[in-house]
Amino acid sequence: MSIITKITTVALVLAMAACTNAGRLGGGPGSAGAGSGSVIPGSANDPTSPAYFQQAIGDRVLFAVDQSTLSSEAQGVLDGQARWLGTNADYVAVIEGHADEQGTREYNLALGARRANAAREYLISRGVAPNRLKTISYGKERPIEICSEEACYAKNRRAVTVLSGGLAG
Amino acid sequence: MMRLLLTLLVGACLLAPPVSAQNGPLRIVITEGVIEPLPFAVPDLIGATPEANQMGAQLARVIAADLAGTGLFREIPSTAFISQIRDFGAPVQYADWKAINAQALITGSVSQAGNALTVQFRVYDVFSGAELGNGLQFSGSVDGWRRMAHKVADAVYSRITGEGGYFDSRVVFVSESGPKDQRLKRLAIMDYDGANVQYLTDSSSIVLAPRFSPTGDRVLYTSYETGSPRIFVLDIGQVQRRVLDTTEGTMSFAPRFAPDGRTVLYSVTQGGNTDLYSMSIDSGAQTRLTSDPSIETAPSYSPDGSQIVFESDRSGTPQLYIMSAGGGEPRRISFGQGRYGTPVWSPRGDMIAFTKQNKGRFHIGVMRTDGSEERLLTASFLDEGPTWAPNGRVIMFARETQGAAGRSALYSVDITGRNLKAITTPDGASDPAWSPLQN
Repeated sequence: MSIITKITTVALVLAMAACTNAGRLGGGPGSAGAGSGSVIPGSANDPTSPAYFQQAIGDRVLFAVDQSTLSSEAQGVLDGQARWLGTNADYVAVIEGHADEQGTREYNLALGARRANAAREYLISRGVAPNRLKTISYGKERPIEICSEEACYAKNRRAVTVLSGGLAG
Repeated sequence: MMRLLLTLLVGACLLAPPVSAQNGPLRIVITEGVIEPLPFAVPDLIGATPEANQMGAQLARVIAADLAGTGLFREIPSTAFISQIRDFGAPVQYADWKAINAQALITGSVSQAGNALTVQFRVYDVFSGAELGNGLQFSGSVDGWRRMAHKVADAVYSRITGEGGYFDSRVVFVSESGPKDQRLKRLAIMDYDGANVQYLTDSSSIVLAPRFSPTGDRVLYTSYETGSPRIFVLDIGQVQRRVLDTTEGTMSFAPRFAPDGRTVLYSVTQGGNTDLYSMSIDSGAQTRLTSDPSIETAPSYSPDGSQIVFESDRSGTPQLYIMSAGGGEPRRISFGQGRYGTPVWSPRGDMIAFTKQNKGRFHIGVMRTDGSEERLLTASFLDEGPTWAPNGRVIMFARETQGAAGRSALYSVDITGRNLKAITTPDGASDPAWSPLQN
C-alpha cells in the first residue's frame, strides 16, 4: 500500500469517527464508497482499519477470577495487537481494565488497573512505545454482559485496547 | 437532683438485662438478643392555630416513624387513645395511658410565626408516673420542619436508650438509573430516612463513593469527569466542586476525610499498582503511606485520627489491616474465611464495619478493632459499602440484586443484626455515607 493510500485511509477513518463517536474508533458499518478493489477502506476487511483491529485481531483479552496474569491465549491476542500497532504507527491506544461484579467497588477499580497495566506492559515488551499506551480502570462500572453468571463474568473480566488519535500520534 | 437520679439509674440499668415489658424504669438497653419493642404514644403536637395544629400532626408522624423505625419502639395508634392531650401544660392522666400500655408518652406544642417554628416537648414514663427528663424547646424554620421532628425523636431515643441519637442526619449517596451496562450515576443527598432528596451532580460522568467531612458540609468523592478516576471535594451548600489530584498518569479514588477535616486519605494507582496516600486539602501536599506491590485501598481513620484501617491483598486475598496514621508496618486484623473489604471505623471507635465475600455470598459485618468478635449482620447476593450512623448503633449499606435486571438499593441494619430495612429512594442507590448529627 502506498503512503498516499494509507494516509487517505486514515483520514477516512478519522472522518467517520468524527461523525459517530468522538475519540473512539469503532468498527462501524464501513463503506465510505471510495474503496478500490474488494477492500473497503475502514471496513473490517481493511487490515489498517480499527475495525480490523477490533474484529480480526481482537481488541480484548480476558482474565481468570481475581487474576491479572495473561494466559497464553491472551498473549497471542496481544502479540497481534503489538504487530498491528507497529505497522499502524499513527494510532495511540487507551487500555481499559475491567472487573466482574464479584468484589467491592474499590478493589475492583484497583484490579481493573492491574489488568490494564498487565496488557500495557506486555505490549511494551513487544515493542510498542510506552507513550502510545495509556490505561484506565472502570472496575465493575462498565460490564458488557449483564447476567450474574460465570458466562457473563468471564467476558467482563477484560482489558480492552481502544484505539484513538491517528495522525497526531 | 432529678438528673442525678437518672444518671444513677442509667448506670444501674446498663448492667441489667434488657427490660421486660412492665417492670422497672423506662429503659431500653441496646444489647444482643431480641427485645420486645417499647410501646409509646405520640399524640399530635398542639398548636394555637389550625395551621400550627396541622404542623403538629405532621411532626408527630415523623417522630413516631423515627422511633418505630429503630425496631426498639412500637407505636400505639391514636385510635387506641382513651384521653386526648389538649393542653401541653396540663397534668397527664397516667391511668389512661397505662390502660393502653403506652410505656412512654411524648407530648408537644408547636407555634408558627412566619417561617419560624418553635416546638416544645415532654417525655413521660407512664408506668413510673413521672416525666423523664425535662421538657425541651427547639426553634427552627417551617421549611426545615422535619428536622425539628428528628431532633425531638433524637432526644426521646437518647433519654430512653442512653445512646446518642441519629435521626437529625443526612446521607449522601450515588443515585443510579439505567441498566447495568449503561448505568447512569449522580451524587445525591437526602435526610437519613429518604426524605428531601437533592442532586449534587449530573450523570454525565461516573461518580463513586461520596464521603462526608466531619462537619457534614463537604463531600469527597471519585469522578471520571476529567477522563480517568480522580478525587473531588464538593461544597454542599454552594454545590461547588474541585478536583484534588491531577497527577498525570495516575488515577485516584477511595477518598475519606481525616477527623481534622483538612486531611484526605485515598488510593493512588500508578503503573497498575495501588497504594495509600494522604493529602493536605489546602496545600495539596501529598504523603505516600504504603509502598507495596499489592493493592492497598478503602482506607478509614480511627475517630482520634491516630490509626488507619484499610484493605490489602498482600496476603493473596483482600484482608483488613490497621497501621499508624503516618504509615508503617500494618497488622492484619481479619482472619476468617473469605475476602474482606471496605473497612470503616465506627464513630465510637470500638468496632470496624466491613464487607465480606465468602462462598459466593456477600455480607456486611462488624468486628472489634483487634479482629475479635466478628459478627455478620447480613447476607445476600451482593451487599457492600457499610457506613455508620452517627451513634455507631446502625449501619447503612447498598444491596444489589442478581441478574440482568439487577438493581441497587440502600438498606440499614442494627449492629446486632436486627431491624434490616430498605430506605426508599427515587431511583436505584449505592455507596451511602452517613453524615454526623446536624447542629
